[in-house]
Amino acid sequence: MSALQKLMGWVDDRFPLTSTYKAHLSEYYAPKNFNFWYFFGSLALLVLVLQIVTGIFLTMNYKPDAELAFASVEYIMRDVEWGWLIRYMHSTGASMFFVVVYLHMFRGLMYGSYRKPRELIWIFGVCIYLALMAEAFLGYLLPWGQMSYWGAQVIVNLFAAVPFIGEDLSIWIRGDYVIGDATLNRFFAFHVIALPLVLLGLVVVHLVALHEVGSNNPDGVEIKKHKDPVTHIPLDGIPFHPYYTVKDIVGVIVFLMVFSAIMFFAPEMGGYFLEAANFVPADPLKTPEHIAPLWYFTPFYAILRAVPPLFGSQFPGVIAMGMSIVLMFFLPWLDRSKVKSIRYRGSVYKWFLTVFVVAFVGLGYLGLLPATPMFTWIARILSVAYFAFFIIMPWFTNGDRKPRLAAFQKIFLTIIALSAIGIVWLSGAEEIAKNLNDKFGAETSNSLLNAMFTVFVLCFVLMPMYLASDKTKPEPERVTG
Amino acid sequence: MNHEGDGRPVDTSKRKFLIAATSAVGGVAAAGVAVPLVMSMMPSERAKAAGAPVEVDIGKIEPGAMLTVEWRGKPVWIVNRTKEMLDKLATIDGLLADPKSEQPQQPEYCKNVHRSIKPEYLVAVGICTHLGCSPTEKLKLGGESGLGDDWPGGFFCPCHGSKFDLAARVFSGVPAPINMLVPPHQYLSDAKLLIGVDAKGA
Repeated sequence: MSALQKLMGWVDDRFPLTSTYKAHLSEYYAPKNFNFWYFFGSLALLVLVLQIVTGIFLTMNYKPDAELAFASVEYIMRDVEWGWLIRYMHSTGASMFFVVVYLHMFRGLMYGSYRKPRELIWIFGVCIYLALMAEAFLGYLLPWGQMSYWGAQVIVNLFAAVPFIGEDLSIWIRGDYVIGDATLNRFFAFHVIALPLVLLGLVVVHLVALHEVGSNNPDGVEIKKHKDPVTHIPLDGIPFHPYYTVKDIVGVIVFLMVFSAIMFFAPEMGGYFLEAANFVPADPLKTPEHIAPLWYFTPFYAILRAVPPLFGSQFPGVIAMGMSIVLMFFLPWLDRSKVKSIRYRGSVYKWFLTVFVVAFVGLGYLGLLPATPMFTWIARILSVAYFAFFIIMPWFTNGDRKPRLAAFQKIFLTIIALSAIGIVWLSGAEEIAKNLNDKFGAETSNSLLNAMFTVFVLCFVLMPMYLASDKTKPEPERVTG
Repeated sequence: MNHEGDGRPVDTSKRKFLIAATSAVGGVAAAGVAVPLVMSMMPSERAKAAGAPVEVDIGKIEPGAMLTVEWRGKPVWIVNRTKEMLDKLATIDGLLADPKSEQPQQPEYCKNVHRSIKPEYLVAVGICTHLGCSPTEKLKLGGESGLGDDWPGGFFCPCHGSKFDLAARVFSGVPAPINMLVPPHQYLSDAKLLIGVDAKGA
């Protein structure tokens, strides 16, 4: 026995090193048919490590003090050796984290990775997503620029919209009557200690749950159903190491090429990764001309803006924004399809997924723009489509349904399209709206818009009664290729 | 019934009671420890003390111009409104959500059409009642403001497009739900304004 083997034996008697290595890497069997979409989980882990490491080195020179914070970031950028690189790695990493996570989540949607028995993996994943959003929001205040300040002002004021306790709640979050030194200091504490710990813990439970049930795959087949009778190894499985570690390294290299290109040539990404107004120190007396959150928050921000105040309160918009994320938790139980993967689903599901992606990207784009009446109406239309994906899912994924009004499906879908086009057209045509108002009274064009929107929403509400059920193909027993 | 090693039956109900009692006491202790942690996040005594009133010299504000001062870390606007601007205020009720200032967003002595003590001087906290941005001044009447020919003068919030008139009253159909806040204030002399306390000393 060599000295190394002796050492391993000594450790294994005291700590499950070899068995853990086997259980999670060399003898963890993953389906052999992973494709491009399966890169993003490991890439997310890579970015997490990158953010933690660069973050540690940033805190060595950063000062969480309203008087000093802005200057200390500029000091890192100009005077600290390689400080600019560490800072740009961290800021580019924040945006790339969301790129990777959004693609990872979309993979889950396409292949039904949230379905039984992987509900908890999905729920832990949504928790990671929430923690990540909080982490990004808290971190964006730290440079103490104009966008840091006013972005935090808007988000913290969302809590003030909560009935009864809102005002006190927002004061408690800020630690002052306005965003100030106290706020900056506590955001720093949450950003560098509390949330990274939460994130790491959630990543561990996400992976433990994944390794308990095994990975899904593009065919949605459970590979544990067919095992070799002698070795009990899944017939469609290959050991994670070396097969997928090597595959993931290819992904890592391509990813780092893209990452470096952004970091070195366009670290601000034309204002999408770092906004221009944030190079101006925070000024509590002056809001920048146009404020928009960073790109990864804009879909939810657009939903917030799309909801008008009801009963003199801002709260309904806040509720809608919250619901747009909370609904994700229920996805495993909203999907009633017989199959998991998009490969074996019918056209109804594929259409819905397409509309959902268009709505999400469209809302994200609108969230970056100023809120004109036409953009607000488009955001309303897309918000309805976003929510419909979740709320109508139990019906459109259920293949056994016999809708009573199926014969009228084409008519309803035409009405949806026409009312949407009508709303966009009328809200954009100022001249025509003005003429209408002059002729028939001041509120005519608004009433017309509201009427068309009501019809639009009604067609979605009635959807379970007329929408054809999704015709799925049978899933294969074994993975295909 | 469970049995211990010596064959005697275990009193499980006593065990359950002890477990429940220990958990409950432990829970109370945890909640007790949480109180100071949570309360430490409320504004400190120093932050509370920082809300002192601010004295402003308004003599140099020309008619139609505006001055911004800081009070409790927030911008406070003082607008010297011209006769033309004041005349406009009474004529635009149809555009506003709360033209009569029914919502308690001003002291009693400012619940009038111009929402101020002296008609020409508007004093308002320059924070949008939607989500706390500071609206941009668009004081000029009409097309010059860039907000259309029938713009009555006022403020436009760049964040979400809320509009306010020259008495800081909110337009209807915009994201902001209520009028902007008029802080308590008083005149120490013709040209001296004190923001933060009114004549009653509130």
